[in-house]
Amino acid sequence: MIAIKTENLTKKYKDIIAVDNLCLTVKKGELFSLLGVNGAGKTTTIKMLSCLTEATNGNAFLNGKSIKTQKNEVKKIISLSPQETAIAQNLTVKENLELICGIYKYKKEEIKSKINDLTVLLGLCDVINKKAGKLSGGYKRRLSIALSLISEPEILFLDEPTLGLDVLSRSDLWDIIRSLKGKITIILTTHYMEEAEALSDRIGIMKNGSLISEGTSEEIKAIGKNDNFEQAFINIVRGNI
Amino acid sequence: MRTLTFANRNLKEIIRDPLNLIFGLGFPLILLLLLSAIQANIPVSLFEVEHLTPGITVFGLSFMTLFSATLISKDRNSAFFSRLYTTPLTAFDFILGYTLPILPVSVIQSVVCYIAAIILGLKVNINIIYAILFIIPISLLYVAMGLLFGSFLSDKQVGGICGALLTNLTAWMSGIWFDLDSVGGVFKKISYLFPFVHAVELERSVLKGSFDGTFNHLLWVLCYAVGLIFIAILVFLRQMKKQ
Repeated sequence: MIAIKTENLTKKYKDIIAVDNLCLTVKKGELFSLLGVNGAGKTTTIKMLSCLTEATNGNAFLNGKSIKTQKNEVKKIISLSPQETAIAQNLTVKENLELICGIYKYKKEEIKSKINDLTVLLGLCDVINKKAGKLSGGYKRRLSIALSLISEPEILFLDEPTLGLDVLSRSDLWDIIRSLKGKITIILTTHYMEEAEALSDRIGIMKNGSLISEGTSEEIKAIGKNDNFEQAFINIVRGNI
Repeated sequence: MRTLTFANRNLKEIIRDPLNLIFGLGFPLILLLLLSAIQANIPVSLFEVEHLTPGITVFGLSFMTLFSATLISKDRNSAFFSRLYTTPLTAFDFILGYTLPILPVSVIQSVVCYIAAIILGLKVNINIIYAILFIIPISLLYVAMGLLFGSFLSDKQVGGICGALLTNLTAWMSGIWFDLDSVGGVFKKISYLFPFVHAVELERSVLKGSFDGTFNHLLWVLCYAVGLIFIAILVFLRQMKKQ
């Protein structure tokens, strides 16, 4: 079953084409990674799919709902963990979770159980009463992802979730993302090749706003004519194939 | 429910910032104490506690504009706001969520000022309650300015416009620190075209218990408040769409 389908999705900023006629299909429960150098159009694609910015042309359907005509319906089934850590700095971890629960109008009992489940899943129990602004980078990212999971989204956008984290924190986050695989459709953008290779069911490579290659990590290696994923990526982006 | 949840978050963000507490409560209190001390040594009618306190409570509200504008501006440029945009929060939730927390903070600030004034010799009477209640429409004016400036200025610009310019405008054009009659002329005329002096005179007349002219001052304040709220909502919605 298809979770995300984009049809010639395009975003233009004056003379710049950030995303150019993107046609992409992601299956339900799949973890799809978008790779590309800076300015390739990954974040703009995520912003359009999460209704943060309007597409100039084309359309996208998330579980059958159009980002152009059914924005409110789309918002109910998606969640976004943005590139920067998206948390309320002066609230505690618990208050951050309660805030998002309140926005989604959950009842007291539900809030209690959600906070309990998510703090266990994301390993936040030890810092539950700490102010978010005082947490380490790793914990901030965990909290940011926990906030994205509160609404039990059908589709989750993770925009460079491990950017700037140390090796251990990144490994912990990988485990968390792996635990979500199959339950939620995930679109992940990253600059870390090993991250995409380790986590993704399928990978799309973007360049200058267009999707230039797509497939499993093995297929990408075959297209890039190299057994090393990173080198294969470089070959594809540079056109050495 | 959603609005209150968001408003509650904004209230916590404001009151948990120590600088906000220092400026919001500490600074007006220090001014009240300092000017009362000056008045005790060199009597100036302008600084008599019953004349000074209403002015200080209005002056304190200029910090409310600073707080709300700073919060909105910082939020606008944060990833946290992007997250909130993808939730079911509506424009109405955002606008009310930023407006509501300022009202109780304004009232608390006013209450603290009046308690200090009572300690300094202000006669206790029912008019103090009325003066505190009239702070609510005046605070709407300052909330509207916060919403407006926060919607299009960066947090650094907010510091300059609201922290320096607005507090000085409120101070100079309101007759709190000097009598506008003593300056007279064009300055006085211009000052009376702005809402600040009307806000102070509204509070002074309510505290005095002489309600002559109250309606006129209230009308000035409310017209500015409603007009600015309308503009602020338009600018906020435009920015929301743009972002």
